[in-house]
Amino acid sequence: MNKTIMNEKHREYLQSLKKEKRNIRFVQLLIFISFFLLWEISSVKGWINPLLFSSPTKIWTLFLEKASDGSLYLHVIFTLGETVLGFILGTLLGTLLAALLWWSPFLSKVLDPYLVVLNAMPKVALGPILIVAIGPNFGSIIAMGILISIIITTLVVYTAFQNVDANYVKVIRSFGGNKKQCFKEVILPACFPNIISSLKVNVGLSWVGVIVGEFLVSKQGLGYMIIYGFQVFNFTLVLMSLLIIAIMATVMYQGVELLERKLIKHRS
Amino acid sequence: MAFLQLKSVGQTYFSKTSATTALEDITLSVNEGEFISILGPSGCGKSTLLSIIAGLLLPTVGSVMVNNQRITQPHPKIGYMLQQDYLFPWKTIEDNITIGLKLRNQYSFEHIQGAFTLLKEIGLDHTRSKYPSELSGGMRQRVALVRTLATHPKMLLLDEPFSALDYQTKLKLEDLVSSTLKEHGKTAILVTHDIGEAIAMSDTVILLSSNPGRIFRTFKIPETLRALLPFEARQHPDFSATFQQIWEELEHIEQNDNE
Repeated sequence: MNKTIMNEKHREYLQSLKKEKRNIRFVQLLIFISFFLLWEISSVKGWINPLLFSSPTKIWTLFLEKASDGSLYLHVIFTLGETVLGFILGTLLGTLLAALLWWSPFLSKVLDPYLVVLNAMPKVALGPILIVAIGPNFGSIIAMGILISIIITTLVVYTAFQNVDANYVKVIRSFGGNKKQCFKEVILPACFPNIISSLKVNVGLSWVGVIVGEFLVSKQGLGYMIIYGFQVFNFTLVLMSLLIIAIMATVMYQGVELLERKLIKHRS
Repeated sequence: MAFLQLKSVGQTYFSKTSATTALEDITLSVNEGEFISILGPSGCGKSTLLSIIAGLLLPTVGSVMVNNQRITQPHPKIGYMLQQDYLFPWKTIEDNITIGLKLRNQYSFEHIQGAFTLLKEIGLDHTRSKYPSELSGGMRQRVALVRTLATHPKMLLLDEPFSALDYQTKLKLEDLVSSTLKEHGKTAILVTHDIGEAIAMSDTVILLSSNPGRIFRTFKIPETLRALLPFEARQHPDFSATFQQIWEELEHIEQNDNE
């Protein structure tokens, strides 16, 4: 008898969980639909300036048009490529730099104030210098994407390296392991979760770097479309690019999260 | 000929404001097959002493010899077991117990099979492809023992290896470690602050005084206790007598400290 009561209670509990989840999804969807609906109505009724704020249907029409003539595809691929390259290189180089600092405590002490200054400085302000140095091309956009994420990655990952429990290193050393083996067997794998989480931050930062880079130099890409739309006062184009960026940034973030869950499954 | 010899070893830590002497004039020798416990109040430099013997720390003065050779780095014939298991959470049990072989360049089929046999002996063969997080504390410490034994050390350094476990698991593990070490003919140095554990497991107990750590007294454990497993030894009438004796000496150390 006791068991049937427990089963009953358990089912009720599961049902309440399910119900809560359904409610959350419902409200989320409601907000999503109301937002676009309200946008559309206010634009048609003239409550907001349709020239400035456009409307969802206009954006959708433009999207279909751009998608069918293939020009959109190129812009998206271009920007996406730059961003992916930017955040992967930013994270890799940042981790490499952190490894260097871990390797040489002397170097880390020497570089400490410089890293603080570089981290505090707004990296996008370096844009004009980059363009002159590297040239108004693909290279300087990537450089911007890297620059914006590398210093913060270095600082975060280096701190993680330092916080690895020294006893794990002791285990390796007691087996006669050298510094390189300590790094490979302990420091790096122990910090994988930190590196992945800095990857998450860098997805967002890299988008900033690349879009700003495209504002400054590009003839292609979503950042270019925004700047172009602004110059010819086509805000439908601006908003469409913005929406595409929002969707792609979200997808990328989810991708990194998926990677995170796969890689750090076994850590308690 | 003693396997391990310490000659007036001393260790001083330096900081900006002070120089602290953790160990002073430690001279001792350990014969092959012997089980020695180092007992003392916390802060008497027990762990420091173990790190020095392990070759992880160079003593400020004095020398450590293994088979008449001076140690300056971790010796292949000395294995070290820490307070907690410190198994690598990102490696499977299989990879955890073979890490020593990999680092010691003994990563051969024969040695790997040897490690698996040890795992079987200790009753954890079924955990080979599991991760440490899936095992209980006692099981993990047993895996750590296999990891240490896998490289075939002649001497084991045990740094309070049971202190993080619950009492029941601790008693069981004492028996297991003691019988495993005896069976494989290993020499061992156990560092502990648990008087009972020291008596039950070892042949000789060395008492350290604190501030700085010095050898205060050396006890030979009666033959009657040595022959028994730790759990049985704890029940033996000689056990409480020895316990009493060591207890009094520890009181002495405390009094000296307070003066």
